[in-house]
Amino acid sequence: MNRAALIFGLLLLVAIPASLLAGRVWLGTETPNAALIVMELRLPRALLAVTIGAGLGVAGAAMQGYLRNPLADPGLFGIAPGAALGAVTALFFGIGSGLVLPLFALVGAGGAMALLSLIAGRNGGIALFTLAGLMIASLAGALTSLVLSLAPNAFAMSAMVTWLMGALTDRSWGDVQIAAPLTLLGIAILLRTGKALDALTLGEEAARSLGVDAVRLRWLLIAGIGLTVGSGVAVAGIIGFVGLIVPHLVRPLTDGRPSKLLLPSALAGSLLVLLADMLCRILPLVTELRLGIALSLIGAPFFLWLLLKLRREIA
Amino acid sequence: MLEACNLSIELDGAPVLRDVSASFAPGKITAICGPNGAGKSTVLRCLAGLIEPSNGEVLFDGIRLHDLAAETRARRIGYLPQRAEVAWNLSVEALVALGRLPHGDRAPDKVAAALAAVDLTDFAQRKTATLSGGELARALLARVLAGEPDWILADEPLAALDLGHQQAMMRHLRAAAVAGTGVILVLHDLAMAMNHADHVLVLGEGELRAEGPPEQALTEAMIASIWQTNARWLGEPGARALSLA
Repeated sequence: MNRAALIFGLLLLVAIPASLLAGRVWLGTETPNAALIVMELRLPRALLAVTIGAGLGVAGAAMQGYLRNPLADPGLFGIAPGAALGAVTALFFGIGSGLVLPLFALVGAGGAMALLSLIAGRNGGIALFTLAGLMIASLAGALTSLVLSLAPNAFAMSAMVTWLMGALTDRSWGDVQIAAPLTLLGIAILLRTGKALDALTLGEEAARSLGVDAVRLRWLLIAGIGLTVGSGVAVAGIIGFVGLIVPHLVRPLTDGRPSKLLLPSALAGSLLVLLADMLCRILPLVTELRLGIALSLIGAPFFLWLLLKLRREIA
Repeated sequence: MLEACNLSIELDGAPVLRDVSASFAPGKITAICGPNGAGKSTVLRCLAGLIEPSNGEVLFDGIRLHDLAAETRARRIGYLPQRAEVAWNLSVEALVALGRLPHGDRAPDKVAAALAAVDLTDFAQRKTATLSGGELARALLARVLAGEPDWILADEPLAALDLGHQQAMMRHLRAAAVAGTGVILVLHDLAMAMNHADHVLVLGEGELRAEGPPEQALTEAMIASIWQTNARWLGEPGARALSLA
């Protein structure tokens, strides 16, 4: 357990109980049905935020380590757009209720993973892998737009658009049961990439000379990112920028080795999504702010600041 | 003992190496010389197990290199690529400790010894982004030394270094060889090869053209035939300079 993991772990321990109390109705000892609200609404929601955030955070740290680029994001692999395509397809056919929608999204994520491994799994370097991911992302994005444009009625289209914005509103224990095991499995897989990602610091060839099996690493990343990002999108829609921002919050607290970023990024990701979701609930708006929008509003200026900072460093 | 046995390599149907055989002795510095495109780096990467020859094989103590587990190979053969690449702004100590990855430990004593061997002890806590090119090259060599390999294979370790750092780099490599490590270098600078190597391989168009002690392998006639350049050796043995006519 390193310093960064300790700090974010402790913050998370404070944030989880706080998130159970916070909302449009602040819970106190006098609140009627407080136990019911916590057990049926806020606890599953908090657990989902923690799970999804952890998955996105660790996926982002692994992606940045693998591509050796601080601007990389798990979205680059096209797995999130693949899952989104699956979800809007379910909504298109009017079968987006209950567990059908997350299952469709998982099939979409799985399809994107399969395509990615087919194109770049066995051989080819990091560049081919990235380009394949971008291609899959734009293909899935185009197909999602196609499904949207063919929506049978305004209600279906509205459901699709709203779902794409990403949110944790009204999620149930069923969603936790889908997302948690898959995300945890994905995190466990990604935590196994640390040593290889450290070696990649020295470049692909030096990493191979240090005994890194490039093919195995690629499979681990496809499986790990597929499971974490895919299961996250399946229950919460598109939630961007977490994977991009989180490693930057963690990196200054570590010695900079990619392996040291993985676990703290999971904890920091949980914290970020949990806090953002709390913010969505607390803000006094007519309709609740969508989590995906909130994180994009935080993430986009952060990305811009990062670009400017990198430009200054290069200059 | 590291042996190249009848190595041939084709890339996209074009032969890059043709039937190259050579054996390398531990405790010696071997320089691989030749013009651009002669296949020097390809031979080195074959010896490091990074590419598999189309024909022939590399033997490591009599065992086919590709039959060795990747981790075993990584512990026994240290490879220093030509491009000095460090993706993240690590401390010099953390960078050097990456050399311990195949061993699965961070062995602070071995990292410290490797830093001392390249005179970078005082730089241990410095960030790599603050190093000069020469300092970074030494830190990357220390990364290889920290793994305590039996062999150090370095692709143009002197490229992009100034004279002082070139001398320092060769001094560090000689120290490793004296300690029993086999050192194989791709070198462009023929005077460096002449003055510092124990053994020289001369490659031309993917074939081994000459092999032996530097005075025998890098004769003026050989240089004229392989590099198409008239050059004369000046100075005393051990301090030779190449004069281009």
